[in-house]
Amino acid sequence: MSTGLEVSAAGPAGATTTQPAATAAAAVATHGLSKRFRGGQLAVDGLDMVVPRGSVYGFLGPNGSGKTTTIRMLLGLVYPTSGSHELLATAMPSGAARVLPRVGSLVEGPAFYSQLSGRANLARIDAVDATADPATSGARVSAALQRVGLLAAAKKRYRAYSLGMKQRLAIAASLLRPRELIILDEPTNGLDPQGTREVRALIREIATGGVTVLVSSHLLAEVEQICSHVGVMRTGRLVFQGTLEEMRARGAPRVQVTTADPERASGVLESLGLADIQAADGEVSAQIGGHAPEAVNRALVLADVPVARFDTPRPSLEDLFVELTGEGFDVDG
Amino acid sequence: MSTAEAAPAPGGGTALIPDGGTAPAAGDTARRGVVRPWLRMLRSELALIFRRWRNLLLLAVLVGIPVLLGIALRVSVPRGDNNSGNGLGAAFLFQVAGNGVFLSFLSLTIMLTLVLPLVVAVVAGDSLAGEASAGTLRYLLVVPAGRSRLLSVKYAAIVVFSVISCLLVAATALIMGVALFPVGPVTLLSGTTVPLAEGLLRLLFVVLYVSAAMAMLGAIGLAISSLTEHPIAAIAAVMIIAVASEVADNVPQFGVVHPYLPTHWWLSFDSLLRTPIDTTELTHGLLSIGIYIVIFCSIAWARFSNADVTS
Repeated sequence: MSTGLEVSAAGPAGATTTQPAATAAAAVATHGLSKRFRGGQLAVDGLDMVVPRGSVYGFLGPNGSGKTTTIRMLLGLVYPTSGSHELLATAMPSGAARVLPRVGSLVEGPAFYSQLSGRANLARIDAVDATADPATSGARVSAALQRVGLLAAAKKRYRAYSLGMKQRLAIAASLLRPRELIILDEPTNGLDPQGTREVRALIREIATGGVTVLVSSHLLAEVEQICSHVGVMRTGRLVFQGTLEEMRARGAPRVQVTTADPERASGVLESLGLADIQAADGEVSAQIGGHAPEAVNRALVLADVPVARFDTPRPSLEDLFVELTGEGFDVDG
Repeated sequence: MSTAEAAPAPGGGTALIPDGGTAPAAGDTARRGVVRPWLRMLRSELALIFRRWRNLLLLAVLVGIPVLLGIALRVSVPRGDNNSGNGLGAAFLFQVAGNGVFLSFLSLTIMLTLVLPLVVAVVAGDSLAGEASAGTLRYLLVVPAGRSRLLSVKYAAIVVFSVISCLLVAATALIMGVALFPVGPVTLLSGTTVPLAEGLLRLLFVVLYVSAAMAMLGAIGLAISSLTEHPIAAIAAVMIIAVASEVADNVPQFGVVHPYLPTHWWLSFDSLLRTPIDTTELTHGLLSIGIYIVIFCSIAWARFSNADVTS
């Protein structure tokens, strides 16, 4: 078996975390997981995903990149065309009955019975669980509602809930029992900034209990603050996987010069052999590569470039994310 | 397990910490047998069905029709001198005035052609498609409900609903019959008269037979429901099958296929009202019902256990 950590379509750096032993201890491990829908569309393409135990794994990618299909496969809702995967070291979907009681999940938005109250909805979910103790059902439902701050609205019909409350009820459903892994698909989708903050705080609290959290989002900013690991999807492929630090380190540092003579500055940088030179209005930048910043600056000054400002910025995570996933509307099949 | 096997934080979040599977306090994963959790799930399913306004309205219709029928027959007693009707319905119609028990047989016969199938079709067609369209199906499956387990509970609930529907019709009609008409020894279709107690026992068997027929329609509904995410489409399809079968059963040119039509044997319960009871007819009916149930439950299972749930 391969490490399962190799990133399928990596960029120049091809970031890989190489801990082969991690697969066995992983909360989630997939091996070449693929899904081709009946229309012929390849939604997920050879996914090798590893979510280490105890991590908060940000599963990122634009809408339509295959995140939800992946999560549906992880939970046994959709059957893979090829490949395999394990949850908590249990093969899926054959081990679903054994492992899923230890996994809480929110899949593609909340969905409950609109005519029932929040409490009745959770009671229904609990009644379906063959391994749940009916004697403690009421207490566990109350505790879950309490944790997401819905106890006061427990008797209200689901239909009357706001979107934020619906989202929180879905999270409450995933907290009905002690879990080892919680999978949250776009838990902040459609929420206002206040609601987003609340959900983020909730995830952070869940994670401090030692529970592994897999949280998907199409916005890096929403999960950046809470994640220890990230996986980035693009058109069905995992284009990056690793810790947040590894992702940061992946960004090539650049040199950025503000000058009244961008043409001459470009010439100097080119003669130094810097890559990816971009000249904009009064500003020139390039990848600094192995060059010392002070040497670059000296060369510019010696060539009589009027340097108004000299900087060596690192690209932000957002820039890296956009670089990995592509800009805007280029999500193709 | 390596380091990642997160040491539980001593402080907060106690409700979430996996206690290595030995937490008897909160929902542990110990074996609880199969039957009790299954019954718990069935109870939840039945509560869902019987607390929906739409279904309660349908049950109210099942109560209302025998009531109206009883009142109508009390107000205007039908006379048997003209040949205004034939068949089983007519045979019961003229007996109601003489014996209220026949209001039950009459109600079941009349309602078996459309109203009872409609009520069962609504619940059966909605069973899986309704959950799929609401999105609750995915949340039941990740609990995990277990696909076969969920299917078996869904079908059991449909059967219970069918039996209750038929009982409701018969019981309402019986009460109305007793209240509005004289009641006494029952004259069977074959002309012999049996004591009232035996008449009521035969009524019970008729109710069970009709329930079995409705459970068969429920199996067809379950199978169709597993094929779509649109409950209305499933309900309509079940009704179309029932009505089309009844129409075909009345066209003599289709005589060859009549015995194989799903609705063909539904009215065979009249055998229970003869002496001696015609068991060949009944056996054929029950065989047809059983075969349809097996076939359509198999279709539902084959489809549902392999389908991608993308709703």
